[in-house]
Amino acid sequence: MSRQPVQSTLAAEQSDTAPRRGKLLSLRIELDPSRKESPWWMTIISVLLALVFCGIFIAANGMNPITVYSKMINGAFGTTFGITETLVKSIPLLLCGIGVAIAYRISVWNIGAEGQFLAGAMAATAVTVYFPNMPVYLVIPVMIVFSMIGGGMWGLLTAIPRTYFQVNELISSLMLNYVALLALNYFVFGPWKDPKGFNFPGTPVFTEAQSLPVLGDTRLHLGLIFAIIAVLLYAFLMKYTRWGYELRLIGANPEAAKNAGIKISRHILLVMLISGGMAGLAGMAEVSGVTHRLMYGISPGYGYTAIIVAWLAKLNPLGLVISSFLFGGLIVGGFSVQTIGLPSSISSMIQGAILFFLIAGGMASKFRIRRNG
Amino acid sequence: MLETYSVEMQRIVKQFGSVVANDQVDFKAKPGEIHALLGENGAGKSTMMCMLSGVYRPTSGEIYIRGEKAKIRSPKDAMKLGIGMVFQNFRLVQTLTAAENIILGEKTSFWRGPGWMKNKQEEIAAIAARFGLTFPVDRPIWQLSVGEQQRVEIVKTLYRGADLIILDEPTSVLTPDEAEQLFATLNQMKAENKTVIITTHKLKEVMAISDSISIMRKGRLTHTMEKSTTNERELARLMVGKEVVVQKPLASCPKGKPLLIVEQLDAYADHGRKALDQMEFQVHEGEIVGVAGVAGNGQSELAEVLTGLRPWRKGSITFNGKPLKNASVRGAIEARIAHVPENRMRSGLAGSLGIVDNLLFKSYRMSERSRFGFLRSRANRSWSQSLVEQFDVKTPGLDIPVRQLSGGNQQKLLFAREVELDPLFMVAVHPTQGLDVGATEGVHRLLTEMREQGKGILLLSEDLDEVMQLSDRILVIYSGRIVGEMARGEATREQLGLYMAGVRDAEDAEEEKVV
Repeated sequence: MSRQPVQSTLAAEQSDTAPRRGKLLSLRIELDPSRKESPWWMTIISVLLALVFCGIFIAANGMNPITVYSKMINGAFGTTFGITETLVKSIPLLLCGIGVAIAYRISVWNIGAEGQFLAGAMAATAVTVYFPNMPVYLVIPVMIVFSMIGGGMWGLLTAIPRTYFQVNELISSLMLNYVALLALNYFVFGPWKDPKGFNFPGTPVFTEAQSLPVLGDTRLHLGLIFAIIAVLLYAFLMKYTRWGYELRLIGANPEAAKNAGIKISRHILLVMLISGGMAGLAGMAEVSGVTHRLMYGISPGYGYTAIIVAWLAKLNPLGLVISSFLFGGLIVGGFSVQTIGLPSSISSMIQGAILFFLIAGGMASKFRIRRNG
Repeated sequence: MLETYSVEMQRIVKQFGSVVANDQVDFKAKPGEIHALLGENGAGKSTMMCMLSGVYRPTSGEIYIRGEKAKIRSPKDAMKLGIGMVFQNFRLVQTLTAAENIILGEKTSFWRGPGWMKNKQEEIAAIAARFGLTFPVDRPIWQLSVGEQQRVEIVKTLYRGADLIILDEPTSVLTPDEAEQLFATLNQMKAENKTVIITTHKLKEVMAISDSISIMRKGRLTHTMEKSTTNERELARLMVGKEVVVQKPLASCPKGKPLLIVEQLDAYADHGRKALDQMEFQVHEGEIVGVAGVAGNGQSELAEVLTGLRPWRKGSITFNGKPLKNASVRGAIEARIAHVPENRMRSGLAGSLGIVDNLLFKSYRMSERSRFGFLRSRANRSWSQSLVEQFDVKTPGLDIPVRQLSGGNQQKLLFAREVELDPLFMVAVHPTQGLDVGATEGVHRLLTEMREQGKGILLLSEDLDEVMQLSDRILVIYSGRIVGEMARGEATREQLGLYMAGVRDAEDAEEEKVV
């Protein structure tokens, strides 16, 4: 299919007016206005390049990158224990990832999943603190509802200023992360601190009724089911409903969406409520399923990693499942290289490098290489 | 002695792909004169000037500057030749100060000496004062008014030593007072023997300020003359041309009852400018009403008000016997008003989505397309397929991003969507913009078919030929008012041109009707 004439005109204009973008031998690199999305294989190349890039640092530390990577893979995916641990880590990543992905669909750049996660964790814990004698069958459902409301409200704190006062959501959502973190510290160091906890900054350990059931003697908990349901719902809503269609339209062309009679501001509010709710649910799953108490440093940055997860998945539901599993593995693998004397923060480095190369790859796909002449 | 021209452009041709923007244009301007380049939108004025200032390069033709052949490859080359251009959309860095913007790109040594910035500011202020241009040199651009920003642009060209200054539609952003000030500045430049070229489509300004006038029409330069030898009426006639428009025969269909009644409508543009002023008109069933006018006289706002995208402040719109809901797109869709927007890729279609999603735009809420909030995916697909066939949209499949379709096919798709809703009324804005002859023909056929089915159509177009060919009635819009109304057959280009240029204001038009 030939490109539309308007664009080829543009290209002609670019090539003879814009200063050339750079010269390599007899090749010319220039902006290709017809390219909007990067091809799928760019994702794979980006990840590989990130691994090579980090390999340089590993080698500089006197280790063989291949050994380190295989150790990581083995630690994360090689044993039953490794796989269940990886799954445990991927639960909050997937839930937060769905949350941010749904916001990114309509170009609302929510980077506050971390804060929404903490808000959800606090809201769920509040149930255990203030209603310790709630009927057994009610506790978990109430905690779930509270956490989603908590996270959702935290998301609305970003959405309302964005909708009504054009406050940049990048800044407000990021700043609210610190507010949430400090609120958490206040609770665990202050009113909610376990009186019998030898001054440990955390709430009392949850009762069995307040904890999510786990699989056998692993740490894998019911949150996995929540995450799977959530991702299925996300896929279904996006593809088959009117609401999903409206989001698709807003994401593709907000100007056209207005022409179709869609109220964008209302959608931003609802989407941020859901986005925050997902992260809040992740927070509940973490306190109730893994740590069994709210404590200092509850999240190693799941909310931030979720941004990379969503980006790597290109907001695609199946992609979210795969990338959250891989990133869960990366965290677990990071712990396993500690035994050979590398810090576990190697996984943070790889995460950062992956995002960096993904964005660079996205930029690079907008250019094409042509022969000069 | 042979007169030396400061600029001479010979047999300039500029093509964009297959579109010829300038065709064998010869243009000359002398030092110490203000030369106006007059023409309708899209006549090729700006393209010519962009070639002179190095933004575009001509496909063929030669440029002589002060009698010497010049190759202008970039704005930098143009600057070296003393050519400076003030664009319609300013090229300023919002966060830098006026002085910083002016010296931007200047190459000096790394250490420029103490008090360097202060000296530069004084130098700039002196140039500005000489030409009567006042603006705060040390304030960031975003704090300046539009008029002040323009002055910064002008001083920028002067500071860089330009003695040939091009201003593209300089008054389109100015208040009348600011325009007066600008004219004083231009006269000062003329007194210093600089060459000033302004492009414009406002006849009054041309008569007020220029010495020589060149008229462009459809990419060709048709006339060059001294101002003293001409008058506004002649200019208006020359600007719109006088070739006879071959009107397509329209099937005679009885005029139906009034469908759209607009009364005393006031609406405001984005920055609080009054865009529609006491506007009144009617559209009947089975009628195409064309709205002619120079761009920016309220056409876009009118289309937006009628389709619910923009609120109106005063007045009323009655549609199909009922008052139209103010600023409700859904209201307009439900009242069965179709809309072909100004720029199909900006607001009509979602380029990255497929054909089905683009066709669903307005109908996805209806029960045939969705049920209990779920889209009827399979039914929608076969429905889309049938529309694609019915409207002859050439596409390799239903899932390719519509961005990849040709302009004509995109427009067909858009029409398919709008016509499918069985509208009573259609607002079509520049419906054939950027389309080739065949696709234009197709769009015209669709519009006349709708007319024959008793639908009302409001056709807003900058293409006078199109308006004259298709319309039963032509309205002329000028500064947010309908200043003229003519029936099919009565309208001549000359008359339309005069109305469009605002030569006759509303009162004249009233008199005309009485006579």
